[in-house]
Amino acid sequence: MSASKFSNPVVRWIDHRLPIFSFLEHEANEYPTPKNLNYFWNFGSLAGISLVIMIVTGITLAMSYTAHVDYAFESVERIMRDVNHGWLLRYIHMNGASFFFIVVFVHIFRGLYYGSYKAPRELLWMLGVVILLLMMATAFMGYVLPWGQMSFWGATVITNLFSAIPFVGESIVTWLWGGFSVDNPTLNRFFALHYLMPFLIVGVVILHLVALHRFGSNNPLGIDTRGPQDTLPFHPYYTIKDFFGLSVFLTFLAAAVFFFPNFLGHPDNYIPANPMQTPAHIVPEWYFLPFYAILRAVPDKLGGVLAMFGAIAILFVLPWLDRSPVRSARFRPMFKIFFWILVIDCIVLGYVGAKPAEGMYLLVGRVATVWYFIHFLAILPLLSVIETPRPLPQSISTPVFGGGGGLAGAAAAPKEKV
Amino acid sequence: MKKLFLCLAALMMAGPALAAGGGDVVLKQKDWSFSGPFGSFDQAAMQRGLQAYVEVCSGCHSLDYVSFRNLADLGYNEAEIKAIAAQYEVEDGPNDDGDMFMRAALPADRFPAPYANQNAARAANNGAYPPDLSLIAKARANGPDYLYSLLTSYEEAPGDTEIPEGMYYNAAYSGHMIAMPQPLYGDDLTYADGAESSVEAISADLVAFLAWTAEPALEKRKRTGVAVVAFLLILSVMSFGAMRFIWADVKKSKV
Repeated sequence: MSASKFSNPVVRWIDHRLPIFSFLEHEANEYPTPKNLNYFWNFGSLAGISLVIMIVTGITLAMSYTAHVDYAFESVERIMRDVNHGWLLRYIHMNGASFFFIVVFVHIFRGLYYGSYKAPRELLWMLGVVILLLMMATAFMGYVLPWGQMSFWGATVITNLFSAIPFVGESIVTWLWGGFSVDNPTLNRFFALHYLMPFLIVGVVILHLVALHRFGSNNPLGIDTRGPQDTLPFHPYYTIKDFFGLSVFLTFLAAAVFFFPNFLGHPDNYIPANPMQTPAHIVPEWYFLPFYAILRAVPDKLGGVLAMFGAIAILFVLPWLDRSPVRSARFRPMFKIFFWILVIDCIVLGYVGAKPAEGMYLLVGRVATVWYFIHFLAILPLLSVIETPRPLPQSISTPVFGGGGGLAGAAAAPKEKV
Repeated sequence: MKKLFLCLAALMMAGPALAAGGGDVVLKQKDWSFSGPFGSFDQAAMQRGLQAYVEVCSGCHSLDYVSFRNLADLGYNEAEIKAIAAQYEVEDGPNDDGDMFMRAALPADRFPAPYANQNAARAANNGAYPPDLSLIAKARANGPDYLYSLLTSYEEAPGDTEIPEGMYYNAAYSGHMIAMPQPLYGDDLTYADGAESSVEAISADLVAFLAWTAEPALEKRKRTGVAVVAFLLILSVMSFGAMRFIWADVKKSKV
């Protein structure tokens, strides 16, 4: 790193010994980013910021929270009533979790649509799936902490899933609970883990970013950047775009926090946990509903658990299920149709997950579950063979369609319309 | 791709609405002073609601999370709050002799519960447990409308309905059988401010009071929210302008 890069002598002195400024300059300032990214590429940074919001509000909440079955519910009410702006912290944390999932779901579907999981970004994608799993575990345990009715019964239902494991299932559940039912030891360890896991997420996010910066962002055309004419420095172009996206995101989050803070929650969680009284319908938080629907679609307990975890596990091998060399759905007419069917399928699963598992809902849930797996296990491999992709543009700055033609060089006139 | 976002938004809207569930009753809907983004509490109604809680509900229902000092939100001054608290006796101690003793309640004390524990409450109420009312407006779907409907929907049971001993018919209660006897008949109390005391009026006052006990910060939340959302909208517009300005050279070179 040339020392002359920075004019400030203190910065130069530090950077010579610890090249942190060179690193930031390279990765956050000049970092070449495809110039044609659309707003769906905002959701990565939004997810990162959501994580920070959750950690900051979470740590402050932990300062006033008591992880004990006799005091947890009351300590949350104290936060809501007596802690200065405690209601604000808690509502941001509550709704922030939902918004985090909204952002991450959009981020994931953007990756699915534009083929961001394909070579050379397989590990980037897989690290993302790890983040999703960690997020789900964190969110689940966080929901248990207020020790309301849904907290308690949600914890009971979900931890009981592990009893489906043959032979050792019951012992594993006892081990998870730290006793013979969901009780104080369970709450204590959930709190400890709920505090730990966000920092694991931060670690995986850093790996996610390292992998991202190896090849840079994918883009709506799904073709590789071919040189400086295809890219822009991250700063100021994408810092300002991300900032605009953040402003809009925060507006929505604030609207929820200040005007509909309990809209995404369940009223039963304002009733203190009561092990003697089961709620009429135990429903998980909305972001788990599609997975809950898959769980209940399979008549066998172990099968249901395997299907539910399989629904996420399948994402790990997605880069090898979809073998089409074309990334972006823009140039894959059939893939595009099936992508939207998958989106609808996931929404149907979410809808069914909120309904009692009986009659019509059960049937629809089963069809949607089967379709989910068909999409990944049969349709994607098949499409890579039978689909004829539309011709790809030569480069981002010269989207000239059709084969041949001069390759976009530095002289290629920027004549694009994205 | 816009569709994707709309679909996810729809899912987000649909999820909890569906999750709320449980509807074999139609609730009476009222236009509450505290609903909507600019909603605020009606202090006079809350004071009447407090009176109704004290005179009608507090015989069976506790109010565990509310302290007397919180009544300042209802418009009472310190002396009035001390006077209200002094009407109650709370257990304190142990004193220097190691004994528990009773003393008049102070503003820092919470409303004393009518029963020593849940078992005592059940024993006194045919086995049914009168729930704590502090959070009741948030612990039921559409809480305010639900409470209002529940209090105003005690009716003669339809001819073919068997009402078991100790149960009562209520059109607004899921299953229509409720263990709580009809609490209000109209003119159950005389309001200090001389307001109307029909079943509907008292019920509405109680809802105003219980909406506050469920979330004392509601008014502050909404007022802060208007300012925050206004700020963020302006910030969004300005950052959009800044973005357009910075991207202008890139966009121009494309033409």
